[in-house]
Amino acid sequence: MLNTGSTSAEQGPPLWLLAELTYRCPLQCPYCSNPLEFANHKGELSTAQWVDVFTQARALGAAQLGFSGGEPLVREDLAELIGAARELGFYTNLITSGMGLTEAKIEAFREAGLDHIQISFQASDAEINNMLAGSRKAFEQKLAMARAVKAAGYPMVLNFVTHRHNIDQIDRIIELCVALEADFVELATCQYYGWAHLNRAGLLPTKAQLDHAEQVTNQWREKLAEQGNPCKLILVTPDYYEERPKGCMNGWGNIFLTITPDGTALPCHSARQLPVSFPSVTEHSLSHIWYDSFGFNRFRGYDWMSEPCRSCDEKEKDFGGCRCQAYLLTGDATQADPVCSKSPHHHKILQARAEAEQPQPGIEELTFRNERTSRIICKV
Amino acid sequence: MSPVVRDNTPVLRPGFRLQWEPVQNSHVLLYPEGMVKLNESAAEVLLLVDGKRPVADIINTLTDKFPNVPGLDEDVLAFIEVAHAQHWLHIR
Repeated sequence: MLNTGSTSAEQGPPLWLLAELTYRCPLQCPYCSNPLEFANHKGELSTAQWVDVFTQARALGAAQLGFSGGEPLVREDLAELIGAARELGFYTNLITSGMGLTEAKIEAFREAGLDHIQISFQASDAEINNMLAGSRKAFEQKLAMARAVKAAGYPMVLNFVTHRHNIDQIDRIIELCVALEADFVELATCQYYGWAHLNRAGLLPTKAQLDHAEQVTNQWREKLAEQGNPCKLILVTPDYYEERPKGCMNGWGNIFLTITPDGTALPCHSARQLPVSFPSVTEHSLSHIWYDSFGFNRFRGYDWMSEPCRSCDEKEKDFGGCRCQAYLLTGDATQADPVCSKSPHHHKILQARAEAEQPQPGIEELTFRNERTSRIICKV
Repeated sequence: MSPVVRDNTPVLRPGFRLQWEPVQNSHVLLYPEGMVKLNESAAEVLLLVDGKRPVADIINTLTDKFPNVPGLDEDVLAFIEVAHAQHWLHIR
């Protein structure tokens, strides 16, 4: 097949490697970014295969490595993988729900050279209340682990996924994060891929909710700056309220490289749902995958674009937006991201915004991410 | 935030790491889920930030190394102030 984008001579190296070690997870978040059909992908790379991937990626130039999943803590070789990656010179990030984390593991990872732990809170509305009241075991566990992470001297990122059921409590969320001495707080509104797309109507906040969240976050930023508190608040707003798309992943196959549990290589963690064939590290070298494979070249450069992107003077800024979003909303991954007001499909975004103004199902009615549902949705 | 003075001692914030990246042909500052590619002068200063050397020592060391650079002391102070404001380093 023909390459449609730039050649390896122009293409820089991958700088970020996301290692999705496993799709296994004890949680069932209805906004999980794993593919809907994750239950069909049972295979997991071995310890030796992962270390080989890290070695190749490091040689290409990758410097940041995220251990993710699923829940990476279910891999029993995690400390070994961290040690190998750190030895290669990676900055190692563990991205975890905290479920299954213990003080002994925190210490073992520290000894292996882990640089940073990000704990995500899956709190829904009622659960946040429970958490703040300290009445639920899972949240007791998370709070204990957040404190243990700080006590062990790690920098700590706390990640709160926000949606229409919890975003109005953002003031209390930030208050909690500051009390836990988080170094960075990611207040990430769901992006609508995978399970979150399936549950979009029940997750997308209204414009008024979003404005309120921005206002509260800005007030906290001022307060933290006045106190000289280094805690940094990162508010990720959903694309659905933008008029121009994001420059997704800084461009397709530009700096990010994701390896899924079975070794399939992707330019972003959502790309598996696209009708594009992606290479596997079990069959090809990472160098071939990054520079030469069809999948990684599919949307590089600008030649693949259709109108209005092709002649748009903003294409070098946003690369036409997100390919996954274009595909999910239009059925054609070469379309402009419908977030863009110039897209002929922008009405789908406007429709979703209008839907958000209507009453929507409660949390209990969302479709939860688990193996059984995955199999029902995606029959092989 | 009070200005940085010569007897302050800067130290990299915990979790921040300075590292040479051959593929990028530059030093980078790595931190949780982030990376800053440093220019040569920024790297020269940060390489001397070890939590022991006060700013005055860093300036002296760099003045010895680059004797013909005018205004070097002001540049070093200005950079450390920026790095401090970015919370890349703590000042003691």
